[in-house]
Amino acid sequence: MATFGNLSDRLAETFKNLRTKGKLSAADVDGTVREIRRALLDADVALDVVKDFTAQVRERALGDEVSKALNPAQQVVQIVNEELIRILGGQQRRLEFAKKPPTIIMLAGLQGAGKTTLAGKLAKWLAKDGHTPILVAADLQRPNAVTQLQVVGQQAGVPVYAPEPGNGVGNPVTVARDGVKFAQQKLHDVVIVDTAGRLGVDAEMMKQAADIRRAIDPDEVLFVIDAMIGQDAVATAKAFQDGVDFTGVVLTKLDGDARGGAALSVASMTGRPIMFASTGESLDDFEPFHPDRMASRILDLGDILTLIEQAQGAFDEDEARKLAEKFQTDTFTLDDFLGQMQQLRNMGSIKKMMSMLPGAGAMKQQLENFDEREIVRTEAIIQSMTKAERTTPKLLNGSRRLRIARGSGSSVTEVNQLVQRFEQAAKMMKTVARGGMPNIPGMGPMPGLGGGRGKPQQAKKKGSKSGNPAKRAAENLAIASGEKPAGAGAEAPTGGGTGFGLGGRKPAVAGKPGGPTDEEMAALQKMLGR
Amino acid sequence: MAERTPWSLSGALRGMFAKKTIDADTWDDLEDALIQADFGPQITEDIVADLRAKVARYHTTDPADLQRMLREGLEERLSRLDSTLNLSARPAVVLVVGVNGVGKTTTIGKFAKFLRVYDRSVLIGAADTFRAAAVEQLATWAERAGAEIVKPQAQGQDPASVAFQTVERAIATGTEIVIIDTAGRLQTKGGLMDELTKIRRVIEKQTPIAEVLLVLDATTGQNGLAQAEAFIEHAGVTGLVLTKLDGSAKGGFVLAVQEKTGIPIKLVGQGEGINDLTGFTPHVFAQKLVG
Repeated sequence: MATFGNLSDRLAETFKNLRTKGKLSAADVDGTVREIRRALLDADVALDVVKDFTAQVRERALGDEVSKALNPAQQVVQIVNEELIRILGGQQRRLEFAKKPPTIIMLAGLQGAGKTTLAGKLAKWLAKDGHTPILVAADLQRPNAVTQLQVVGQQAGVPVYAPEPGNGVGNPVTVARDGVKFAQQKLHDVVIVDTAGRLGVDAEMMKQAADIRRAIDPDEVLFVIDAMIGQDAVATAKAFQDGVDFTGVVLTKLDGDARGGAALSVASMTGRPIMFASTGESLDDFEPFHPDRMASRILDLGDILTLIEQAQGAFDEDEARKLAEKFQTDTFTLDDFLGQMQQLRNMGSIKKMMSMLPGAGAMKQQLENFDEREIVRTEAIIQSMTKAERTTPKLLNGSRRLRIARGSGSSVTEVNQLVQRFEQAAKMMKTVARGGMPNIPGMGPMPGLGGGRGKPQQAKKKGSKSGNPAKRAAENLAIASGEKPAGAGAEAPTGGGTGFGLGGRKPAVAGKPGGPTDEEMAALQKMLGR
Repeated sequence: MAERTPWSLSGALRGMFAKKTIDADTWDDLEDALIQADFGPQITEDIVADLRAKVARYHTTDPADLQRMLREGLEERLSRLDSTLNLSARPAVVLVVGVNGVGKTTTIGKFAKFLRVYDRSVLIGAADTFRAAAVEQLATWAERAGAEIVKPQAQGQDPASVAFQTVERAIATGTEIVIIDTAGRLQTKGGLMDELTKIRRVIEKQTPIAEVLLVLDATTGQNGLAQAEAFIEHAGVTGLVLTKLDGSAKGGFVLAVQEKTGIPIKLVGQGEGINDLTGFTPHVFAQKLVG
């Protein structure tokens, strides 16, 4: 979450005074390492792992192997990223199938980690690959866990072996053993055994898990762990390793905004690979684990290096300098606005670009609502204006607006909205260029963007009213800044920074809905200056 | 119940408090212990700085004093908010919300039992129409607790309508307390969070909601704060329930949640038995945490 700002922001802060330095001194590195330590702790990485990790990073940062192409902050980020991937991805592997079927997979984990749901997902995934899995209901503890597995099995189109009703009745060890026998008879090639959730400190239940393991001799024991787990991940993982000795890890609930530092802790403390990630409530939301994505997520880093490169490539330097000048001299016109937008499009898909931004995880929802074609529509409107109108938007009276609307195949309302957005953007950029802090509703960072752009979809969703959190956020922001939402036509007039690349983008980098800070503005100007 | 290590920092702190004097290592150990209890870097720094100041002020070098100060400091921070459940309305409607797998359904079962012990009539609304077999799970708990239950009439019925029917029936039959279960949802799912707002709105058409309880899992890390913030925004949470405290997790993040959001912890769950739910007492909590 953006509660504490993301790591790249903090590193930028640490290195504010070091821009001109080419090499890192020990003191610089120490400051940075402290920030990294905090970022990792905020991401719930276990303390011992953090200590080892930061020691490693420190050593490498002081070594000579750093790239000269990057500035010090970027160098450190890169080292951190590589180290994370090394720990997470060192031993990635696939499921191992038994030479002589059936392959037996046992699931174990804490209560509420998502074992039963995962059993269904795994079964469906295997079935798609041409296997014939069967689910065995050995969770006889939780009320109606058996029923749940049956429903999940039905949804996945996979048979379920459930001889006992559950709710504390029956012996899970017997059920598991019989389940495997049953699978052999019916020629199922994969058996997935769902077990009851248990706490690592519950000796009796751990023994039961060990008994199940002994009885069925599984080919894989998957430890299912919730991505939201905190420092306890290590204690729990160790308890399960001692108790049932799992062979692989599955990370669930990755569709939330937890950074999932636990993944790192478990991988590095137990040496067991993370094999799968579960990313949603539907049975299809299941995929093999990607270490590189996880590394960026833990640091809330986004693919910032790639983004920097792309931005450097796409932004024409002269163009950018001219633009900065225009902001200052207050001669920013709709033509420039259009030029900006076209440049932005050169950078490739906006959606893709935004997903690379740090903190983007939390904004997935808004990203979904973003309509790329909106930029094309805006372009059409501007291109339907005369030269004079573009330089002096004040000329735009009612009949001119009607003509423009006709010419661009849009409505007068849309033209009005565009003009409004442009004015807000111009005003904001003027303030920024003069070094002031903008306090303009148009800056509603991502929420504003989602709201403004998402409008066409919203219209389809009946009765959503202010149900859309993005839009509500935008409106609240407008109210907070003392600006009234401008009537019915402008559903989200606050989407000011939107079509306008820089306005929308910069606050997004900050990843927090409070308007940009000084450093971000400095960074923006730096980017413009490139 | 099986033998269990107590969920406390005492193990981690024992070595530190057994020493003769407070030295540099003590502070490092204290910081490590707090971080490992999921207090988070921010609160940990606060606590350590606060204790350092106190130790300097009282010129003490005895780790036992430090232990006492830590306990009292935590207790003071935890008891700043009123943790009493507000159930005087009739019917008192309690909405239970939270992310997936934190123990909402189990908590409701235990809470119903807790209320039945005080001879309150309880009606449970099974508005988790999403997860497979959630209704059956809740029905089993209701039966154990001796509470009535309103089930959805059809699979996948709108949860808000189940909630409405439950409240409607409670008013008709004069039931004292209504507990409504909702499906687990991650706080990042906008659509599902809006559904909560809707459930709330629909219930409030009939009667005000007495409590909205957010269930948090003690094993959760720093994400707990994000969860709390989102649920407060969409569901108007009035109290926190901390579950799974019988594990090895300490749930230190609730302190951050309580301080950042101003929502008090009201109940704690410590096991799978139906009686393993108690009211929250800062003194006991701090005592158990620090030892």
